[in-house]
Amino acid sequence: MARSTSKDAQDLFRALWSAYSATPTNLKIIDLYVMYAVFTALIQVVYMAMVGSFPFNSFLSGVLSCVGTAVLAVCLRIQVNKENKEFKDLAPERAFADFVLCNLVLHLVIMNFLG
Amino acid sequence: MAASSKPGSPRPPPSSSSSMAQDLFNNFSFSKTLKLKTKQQELLIRVTVLTLIYILAFITRLFSVLRYESMIHEFDPYFNYRTTLYLTKNGFAEFWNWFDSESWYPLGRIIGGTLYPGLMLTAAALYWVLRFLRFAVHIREVCVLTAPFFASNTTLVAYFFGKEIWDSGAGIVAAALIAICPGYISRSVAGSYDNEGVAIFALLLTFYLFVKAVNTGSLAWALASAFGYFYMVSAWGGYVFIINLVPLYVLVLLVTGRYSLRLYVAYNCMYVVGMLLAMQIRFVGFQHVQSGEHMAAMGVFFLMQVFFFLDWVRHLLSDAKLFEAFLRITVTGAVSVGAIALGVGTASGYISPWTGRFYSLLDPTYAKDHIPIIASVSEHQPTAWSSFMFDFHILLILFPAGLYFCFKRLSDATIFIVMYGLTSMYFAGVMVRLILVATPAVCLISAIAVSATVKNLTRLVRSQSQAVQSGSSKGASTAKSSSKGVIDNSQPFQRNGAIFLLLGAFYLLTRYAIHCTWVTSEAYSSPSIVLAARGAHGNRVIFDDYREAYFWLRQNTPPDAKVMSWWDYGYQITAMGNRTVIVDNNTWNNTHIATVGRAMSSYEDEAYEIMRSLDVDYVLVVFGGVTGYSSDDINKFLWMVRIGGGVFPVIKEPDYLVNGEYRVDKGAAPKMLNCLMYKLSYYRFGELTTEYGKPPGFDRARGVEIGNKDIKLEYLEEAFTTQNWIVRIYKVKPPKNRW
Repeated sequence: MARSTSKDAQDLFRALWSAYSATPTNLKIIDLYVMYAVFTALIQVVYMAMVGSFPFNSFLSGVLSCVGTAVLAVCLRIQVNKENKEFKDLAPERAFADFVLCNLVLHLVIMNFLG
Repeated sequence: MAASSKPGSPRPPPSSSSSMAQDLFNNFSFSKTLKLKTKQQELLIRVTVLTLIYILAFITRLFSVLRYESMIHEFDPYFNYRTTLYLTKNGFAEFWNWFDSESWYPLGRIIGGTLYPGLMLTAAALYWVLRFLRFAVHIREVCVLTAPFFASNTTLVAYFFGKEIWDSGAGIVAAALIAICPGYISRSVAGSYDNEGVAIFALLLTFYLFVKAVNTGSLAWALASAFGYFYMVSAWGGYVFIINLVPLYVLVLLVTGRYSLRLYVAYNCMYVVGMLLAMQIRFVGFQHVQSGEHMAAMGVFFLMQVFFFLDWVRHLLSDAKLFEAFLRITVTGAVSVGAIALGVGTASGYISPWTGRFYSLLDPTYAKDHIPIIASVSEHQPTAWSSFMFDFHILLILFPAGLYFCFKRLSDATIFIVMYGLTSMYFAGVMVRLILVATPAVCLISAIAVSATVKNLTRLVRSQSQAVQSGSSKGASTAKSSSKGVIDNSQPFQRNGAIFLLLGAFYLLTRYAIHCTWVTSEAYSSPSIVLAARGAHGNRVIFDDYREAYFWLRQNTPPDAKVMSWWDYGYQITAMGNRTVIVDNNTWNNTHIATVGRAMSSYEDEAYEIMRSLDVDYVLVVFGGVTGYSSDDINKFLWMVRIGGGVFPVIKEPDYLVNGEYRVDKGAAPKMLNCLMYKLSYYRFGELTTEYGKPPGFDRARGVEIGNKDIKLEYLEEAFTTQNWIVRIYKVKPPKNRW
């Protein structure tokens, strides 16, 4: 039973990897960025769990900065992905400008909140 | 008055029939003289109508200024006015760090951290802009006119919202309906300087921008809606409605299989940025990650991520079987992690449970059993059917019709408005004051009904005059084709029917406009700080006792005097009387209020001890026995007993009742006849003849002769009683210095 499950999982990851390799490079870069942001958020959560959440606003702004960045980057990825027909008439430049604007607001607020 | 009521009545019919008006203009020579294309004509008419609606929404709210004068109404607005005054005088930093020692003596109140500053900042900003433009206005005028101004802006938002969910015709009708809807006017007349005045604008703006973001899938619109949400959070506690309705909407879309990437973009951007912005308001603080009311939004946020991830993986994997295996692993993992997080959070007290206010919203009977201080406020009572009719009039009938049209043309936007309408209608049934939240939704949905009906009917009428109709309609194409099919069968009959129905619709809308104007002028324009009544000869009598009393306090008492009264009058005493109060309308400390309630319902000597311990110098009671003013302290007295008894068990409600009946005449309970509130209200009242042919001491508010006419005060002395006895002020004597 256990062996078959692990074999299934191996198959699964192999299939996923082969499918993923076909994505365009610019999307892969965004994916890396998202993973980096999520990873940073996780580190902060683990740190909080070990040390404590005393300046709670600082912790929140740190984590939310990462989460916000990740989410916004995913949004950008959705918008510039050519396969998504819903966003066909949205120019990638416009999508990027929106992304930058949102990030600007996000991080200005976080700077105010950092304490 | 007549001048401002007149434009109120004929407004909605022309606006609702913009297509018909356009048709008329087409036929007349107007187009020939101006040489405008049809599109431009339409635009011109639309802009004109919107401008008229904008002005109408403002002037219909000015009845109160015309009837009385430019002043702040009711209770809470006085606090808002006082803080705005402080803000404009001392600047933002002082305001933000203001510790107010004049209220909640001896505790004080941190104003900056316990209020929603949106309203004050808005009014102050308007004031500074006007001053910059060299208009020498007084801050009071700005405060009085803030609510009407924002009501006008709401009509514009309603127009754009209606345009987004249906078409521009529906938008115009929605603007016209909301401009004069009594449910909204009740909270936004001139002088009603309360949070709701700007909050409804912010609420509708947030919803509009969010729907726009969902429709376009653009980050910029989502960001704009996050800012709308920020403004809403800064203005009113009702923002909780947004932060629960939007996730609910997302959930419904997910369940019904309408999930789209546009939704993902709109919700996530709005939630993350909106939440961060909301945390900048100190009164809200960390609630978005800590309180149970906000957890739904966070849960949906994580759900969205999982859902998106699964969707993406399914897109990558062509093999269905593999995906199933993957799905099982991820869903089990995600659900267990979420459940553990929620369980640990709740068990460790990190996530606070739902508050009583929230429970009382979901369950109408909750407040009555558990939180008397919420149940005691009249605007928190469940709504009666008559007030629905009073506040919505024909919209109540049009609302289901609009729902029908929405379901007929289901889209992301119409689902949103349907959910907004249904949930807010439920809340409106639970609490009277939440009719206000339901009003925009009801207006929008009704506008869809009116617009769609009128459009179909006019099409019927026009298709007769022109044999071939140019197919320029965007929306109801199904309705069009079906109506065309029917036309061929019985033409003359249907045309007459359509004309008849159109006339009927116009009649209904006219009635609505008349009703709204009447309600505004008769019911919702009373400042409640100045009372008006009809005299014996039909003349208007004004009772200005409140301001008389507060002015007396300001002029005749030492500046550091502490005034004890029931909490209703706290804000007014600090704002107008400029004296320190023990409790006020903020009601943040139940024990403190209960102490005052206990003092009011004790015998005089016991009350004296309590008042000494609170440093009370003056006691203020409101009494309506002479004028027949029914919302006075004697009628509120049972709530004082209940709230006092809730904390101090020595106060028992049955002691003040006779066979479960509350009475003040000879048959009243002995404790009732000798408690402080009774004594202060009826002191020397036994000597007064209030009505011809009645014995002295006849209480006109309750219609009985009082039971204790011979009241002696030992520890207090009468300091001031206003002209009509509405406000009575007593001085607490210092302790005896010899025995």
